[in-house]
Amino acid sequence: MPPRERTRDSRNYRRLFVTLLACGALLSACKGDREEQQPSRVALAARTGPATASGDTTTRYADDGQWVRPAKDFQGTRFSGLTEINNQNVQNLHVIGTFSTGVTRGHEAAPIVSGSTMYIVTPFPNFVYALDLTDPKTKGFPTKWSYKPRPVNAAQGVACCDVVNRGLVVDNGKVIFNTLDARTIALDAATGKELWVTQVGNINLGESMTMAPLVVKGKVFVGVSGGEFGVRGWLKALDENSGKIAWTAYHTGPDKDVLIGPNFKPFYAMDRGKDLGVTSWPADQWKIGGAGVWGWITYDPELDLIYYGTANPGPWNPEVRPGDNKWGSTIFARRPDNGEAIWAYQVSPHDEHDYDAVNENILVDMDWRGSRRQLILRPERNGYFYIIDRKSGEVLSAEPFGFINTTTGVDLKTGRLQYVPQKATHTGEVTRYSCPAAPGAKDWQPSAYSPRTGLVYIPHQNLCMDEEGLEHPVRGHECEDVRWTRRPPWSLRRVGPCRAARRLEHQGRSPSLEWGARHRGRRGLLRHHGRLVQGRRCTLRKIAVAVQNWLGHHQSADDIPRARWQAVHRGALRRWWLVRRDRRRRSRCAGLERRPRLHERDEGSPAEVHERGDAVCLCALSDAVIRRERNDRRICFSQVARANSSSLRSSA
Amino acid sequence: MTCLSACERENRRFQENPPTATPTSTALIVSDLQPGPAVIYPQVEAPYDDNAWAVSEGKSLYNSMNCSGCHFQGGGGIGPALMDEEWIYGSEPQQIFATIADGRPNGMPAWKYTLSTQQIWELVSYVRSLSSLNPKGARSGRDDHMMRKTPEASTPQTKPKMSSTPP
Repeated sequence: MPPRERTRDSRNYRRLFVTLLACGALLSACKGDREEQQPSRVALAARTGPATASGDTTTRYADDGQWVRPAKDFQGTRFSGLTEINNQNVQNLHVIGTFSTGVTRGHEAAPIVSGSTMYIVTPFPNFVYALDLTDPKTKGFPTKWSYKPRPVNAAQGVACCDVVNRGLVVDNGKVIFNTLDARTIALDAATGKELWVTQVGNINLGESMTMAPLVVKGKVFVGVSGGEFGVRGWLKALDENSGKIAWTAYHTGPDKDVLIGPNFKPFYAMDRGKDLGVTSWPADQWKIGGAGVWGWITYDPELDLIYYGTANPGPWNPEVRPGDNKWGSTIFARRPDNGEAIWAYQVSPHDEHDYDAVNENILVDMDWRGSRRQLILRPERNGYFYIIDRKSGEVLSAEPFGFINTTTGVDLKTGRLQYVPQKATHTGEVTRYSCPAAPGAKDWQPSAYSPRTGLVYIPHQNLCMDEEGLEHPVRGHECEDVRWTRRPPWSLRRVGPCRAARRLEHQGRSPSLEWGARHRGRRGLLRHHGRLVQGRRCTLRKIAVAVQNWLGHHQSADDIPRARWQAVHRGALRRWWLVRRDRRRRSRCAGLERRPRLHERDEGSPAEVHERGDAVCLCALSDAVIRRERNDRRICFSQVARANSSSLRSSA
Repeated sequence: MTCLSACERENRRFQENPPTATPTSTALIVSDLQPGPAVIYPQVEAPYDDNAWAVSEGKSLYNSMNCSGCHFQGGGGIGPALMDEEWIYGSEPQQIFATIADGRPNGMPAWKYTLSTQQIWELVSYVRSLSSLNPKGARSGRDDHMMRKTPEASTPQTKPKMSSTPP
């Protein structure tokens, strides 16, 4: 947007913020709240403080009224310091308007707020909407513009796990996002006009894109999905102004392709050596070796490094790819300017269980055993919570946060994950009860870190699987070589009670069919001032990890019963929230039995009504402005909020 | 008698007639809506629906061509389920044939240059057996793999319906 408008916006809407909330997670909020009341932790928070991100004009860390990238800040905390909505008044929230996206597939993208505009990107076909938040009282939330990128339909055939999109980013007056058919698109944030479109991948190579880009210093970082379809994974940097590809870092193959040069100094010996991306594979297997980037990228302006993890090596059947399979399931630290790798750490060498290392790296400066360290906090799919020195790549701690029986731990001397041989996957044999399952102890749904409590909030899941390696002759389309199933109910119960999983189990169809379904409707996690934590459906449990006392100290909160997904936004007109529902719910906003539509209470304004689709619901705290809305009791969270507030009281 | 009927069931047609039943040469219809007076279009019978050996060949192809990668063991995942009653592009043999051979716009690849007509017909019959649309005698009674779904021979017959929602 033009500079003048931005100045005005930042003055008038400084207090804007976006945060996500699950009403079901109030249970956990209760936990978090109690933590917060302990003086020692508050003191710690004050001591720790948020990691600073000075020196970059695009950083809006301090401005909690803005939420310009899915993780909010470069450090990936997803933390907002605003306190107006809290668990004392959350039950007063109610719907004041809704916006249907017109798409029913899994909505994994957090809404983005920049200035006085909210931007939403939907799953395939990747519509982008800009909603005007300037004057909801009189104007409602009119669509400023919408954009339809029209990705090719066939791209849905190479999307392994629903046709999702994990978000857009607003930077320098541009809206930048990826489409499922592997294009990166930049739009003018003010008008929605297309600025550039770059085709970065090819669906006939199995390449699709679902991740949210990150923009750092004029470069747009985008990664590929498709480890199940025989891609050779990469991360590309695009010029923010032209869309031209500045550099490409592959994650398999010779060092020059991986952008490993003289400055590459991995901490552990296992990650050192020449052309490991070739030598740790059988001949030519690296060419279809997977290791895409479909998760989150964070950036440390001080060290000038971006951090991200690569996905699973492919194909799934590990017996056809003996070796460490570098650089699948690996964390990379790279220079944003030229892409050169500074260090790498392979989290799960020779990954046998689809433990992609795509989870978020939360960058936090804090005291570690007496000295101030620059750290990565990282809940990994393999079930361990890693604390890594982000300068060197040294693993300081790796403690389990979920139930694990495929590995016994991480050897901190060698950095190696210790696999249990009995849980190895073999062709034609069934290995039963491997935990965590393929989606990991925690999947893509991101955690949040509160500098106030010093806690990391992890949307976590307990699933186990049976695996069997299969041989498939078709190359380049290695959809699934290891099938997995949900454990029968009894074993789920052993790990952690989970009603939803059992319900799915009993739907009477193939046990494995839930793979796709389960992926839908999952949401990320955002934390709002230490009070409200978003969880996912009942398969999630939240675990709060006390940062100041890592070793062996992690507390599991109550199971979240059927947590539903919400996004919350507090807008220019004070106190209104944005809420999204699980798409499986018939009433997409709880208590809203009617079809969701845009700002339905403003009869005079142009309404965009979609025939079907997930809804973005705007909710508000009780307020004179919206009082008339209260009469018909279309309460945002209805029973759930009330149920949870009562359980809050009873457990407090 | 049993032996004789078993012979029929397991009949392997080494000498295939040229597959005249390629449905592209017949009227293939995926919509009940027709302009003018309704035309009754010719039904094509699946040549292997009652042939257990061919159905099991289809099952083997189903896995080796990685149909299971997207449709799983019929339950659906990336692609739609094949064992339920919903059919986006129709459950008639020639409709399934066309779906496999020509592909479908929302992610189904076209297989006609990869598989022979005979192999596609085998797949058609196997796909139909997933929801018990072919005679029970030709359906598989057990699985070779770990999947815990009911064998095709024991699956109750479904009433196929055209899907009423867009894919």
